[in-house]
Amino acid sequence: MSARPGPVPPRRPFTVLWLQSGGCGGCTMSLLCAEAPDLSATLASANIRFLWHPTLSEETGAEALALFDAVLSGEAPLDALCVEGALLRGPNGTGRFHMLAGTNVATIEWVRRLAAVAEHVVAVGTCAAYGGVTAAGVNPADACGLQYDGRRPGGALGTAFRSRSGLPVINVAGCPTHPNWVTETLMLLAAGLIHADDLDIYARPRFYADHLVHHGCPRNEYYEYKASAEKMSDLGCMMEHLGCLGTQAHGDCNTRLWNGEGSCTRGGHACINCTAPEFEEPGHAFLDTPKIGGIPVGLPTDMPKAWFIALSSLAKAATPERLRRNATSDHVLTPPAVRDIRKR
Amino acid sequence: MSQGPTRLVVGPFNRVEGDLEVRLDVADGAVREAFVSSPLFRGFERILEGRDPRDALVIAPRICGICSVSQSHAAAVALAALQGIAPTDNGRVATNLILATENVADHLTHFHVFFMPDFARAIYEDRPWFATAARRFKAAQGESVRRALATRTTLLHVLGLLAGRWPHTLALQPGGVAKGADARDQMRLLATLGAVRADLEERLYGAPLEQVAELSAAADLDAWRRAGPDGDFRLFLEIAADLDLVTLGRAHDRFLSYGAYPQADGRLYAPGTFAGGRDGALDPAAIAEDHTFARMEGREGPHAPFEGSTFPDAADETGYTWCKAPRLSGLTFETGAFARQVVAGHPLARDLATAEGANVRSRVVGRLVETARTLVAMEGWVRELEPGAPWCAQGTMPHAGRAFGLTEAARGALGHWMVVEKGRIARYQIIAPTTWNFSPRDAGGQPGPLETALVGAPIRQGETTPVSVQHIVRSFDPCMVCTVH
Repeated sequence: MSARPGPVPPRRPFTVLWLQSGGCGGCTMSLLCAEAPDLSATLASANIRFLWHPTLSEETGAEALALFDAVLSGEAPLDALCVEGALLRGPNGTGRFHMLAGTNVATIEWVRRLAAVAEHVVAVGTCAAYGGVTAAGVNPADACGLQYDGRRPGGALGTAFRSRSGLPVINVAGCPTHPNWVTETLMLLAAGLIHADDLDIYARPRFYADHLVHHGCPRNEYYEYKASAEKMSDLGCMMEHLGCLGTQAHGDCNTRLWNGEGSCTRGGHACINCTAPEFEEPGHAFLDTPKIGGIPVGLPTDMPKAWFIALSSLAKAATPERLRRNATSDHVLTPPAVRDIRKR
Repeated sequence: MSQGPTRLVVGPFNRVEGDLEVRLDVADGAVREAFVSSPLFRGFERILEGRDPRDALVIAPRICGICSVSQSHAAAVALAALQGIAPTDNGRVATNLILATENVADHLTHFHVFFMPDFARAIYEDRPWFATAARRFKAAQGESVRRALATRTTLLHVLGLLAGRWPHTLALQPGGVAKGADARDQMRLLATLGAVRADLEERLYGAPLEQVAELSAAADLDAWRRAGPDGDFRLFLEIAADLDLVTLGRAHDRFLSYGAYPQADGRLYAPGTFAGGRDGALDPAAIAEDHTFARMEGREGPHAPFEGSTFPDAADETGYTWCKAPRLSGLTFETGAFARQVVAGHPLARDLATAEGANVRSRVVGRLVETARTLVAMEGWVRELEPGAPWCAQGTMPHAGRAFGLTEAARGALGHWMVVEKGRIARYQIIAPTTWNFSPRDAGGQPGPLETALVGAPIRQGETTPVSVQHIVRSFDPCMVCTVH
């Protein structure tokens, strides 16, 4: 097997055009939280340049449209088209629920035109990837992702779409995305280091999707002993009663961390599996754990049911008193014992 | 020489959150009429229908990536009212910290990333302040832009610690917050806020936060401009004087605030209205939305939010936006940081409101003064947290009921109205700050605040995307994704 080539510094800037459609702008707001180094230094280190970004660029109105025209004509080469937000097909297939301001053309149509000239197409966030929350409930705007409609391939560009690089749409899913999921995807693309097998079955970059949110969750000891939280603000594991999907959710949230030292579970809330297609419709309230015969329906990834049942009942029987007490408190009542150092 | 009006359509309008299109009728070098359009419809109110009411805490924040905590808070307040509970003291104070963090972060984003870069445009290269403005505020690159983003990132560590992450924080609950803090967390929070204070005192204000919070009259601003400490605040005042920004962007001078940050002895910023020089009490029952020029069914008359509906009408040719027109007692109201400070009785805001009304300068000054005031309050709240005391009161959801939740986002008054039947959300209506500010005309032909504020804006020879229009639009700090939701 031949070794893969290492990162190649690009000769000219790696250009990015960023459009927003049926979303909230939160992935951009999160992106601006990049730190150590900050966004600007991170992008500069990889010679990545935004041709236009709705939040950051000076150009407004006619100036911005002139830039889009230069991209479409090939005058300005486009390495990555980043789309944030779901694509809106409604009403009745017209796309009129989102017309690109100043153009009288539906944004979904702009995205199709620009995707055709882009080396890579990147869906930033779960909305752009799969439809996300914008496609929830009755899906009033007939929202979908770039290349998925929920978990089904298709979406705005269709199953057969490949960008000029030959890759499908790269789905940097997350609601919102971690700033470095986005910057690292762009850096890897600029370095020529993302190939088809670097994406998982939902086309998410494996560098963050090959982890589970459970990895590094500070509630792991409670999980091991099935010492469960019963109400909001309890310290225990949130899988059994509060809907936590961290053992099934793909993402490195608890090892990479957010805004310094945070993550959803560190903030006291269940993981809602926001990197997954159709996370917005779990089929029950987000804070409930559906169970059959007292056993959660959604088992930890890769764990056979019989083993889960056996281990759970054993773990429950073996739960230390400390964990049992602390699990249903909002602060530590009983600290871990300090062992006699002579008995190491 | 006078000529007939010409039509300008401005868009895509960037450096605002979300999508905006502005249609201008221009004659004699000035805007004669303006029509403001929110071109994106997603339908969150409909998305929420049929769900477990508690799901609002997951879905509603995702209306907006920049006001996500505010959206979450409005939902939490409505759920608390439905459950008949109030947050614990710790829960209330932690919620204040979480909401204030977002609001201050948004103010920093607005000033440095959205608003000021317009003064670094080549169109101003003959102005005496241009070199400084370009060095500090060139879009995405200016020294102050980059420094402010770093400060904002530091500030948002408050949310990493207290709420898990931002945006789309899940920690706010009807009874408080999902995570407690201990004494070590308090030290970390104080360190974070101390770093933010130091950054802003060095670069934005050039002076202690307290000195900014204590500005009390328009004359103080002039003194600061002439002889105040060097900083971006003073640079803005210089630019504002040179370009006469006081004359740009006046709307109706009726101000609305739902009030923010409940403390043991009342809110830090009191709720109410201020119009015609007089204070008024807030009467939520007087709020209604008019659909005449929104592409929405239900044009027969204004709708109280508990009875409101959101059925888009794509065939409609009268409507020119997806935004409804909220009115309080039939009148438009302006909301935002300046309005909040005017209603709360801040002496400088009151003086400006009386002397010159809301305009491009006063809206920005309101935001910068509020930033200083809020940060000082936040330091006090960190010290009020009581490790060991409860963080989240517990309640049970009734099978049926209705309630509203009012709060203040950075850009103004935000309300959620929720009706629950058979344990499910039967109706959900949202009126966001920019719904008020960027509303279309109503049945009586009354234009929204921005539509009025744009009238008279000067258009330079050959401009297709007039810079004066950009200053006025951005002075409101619009959030378009919230506007229609």
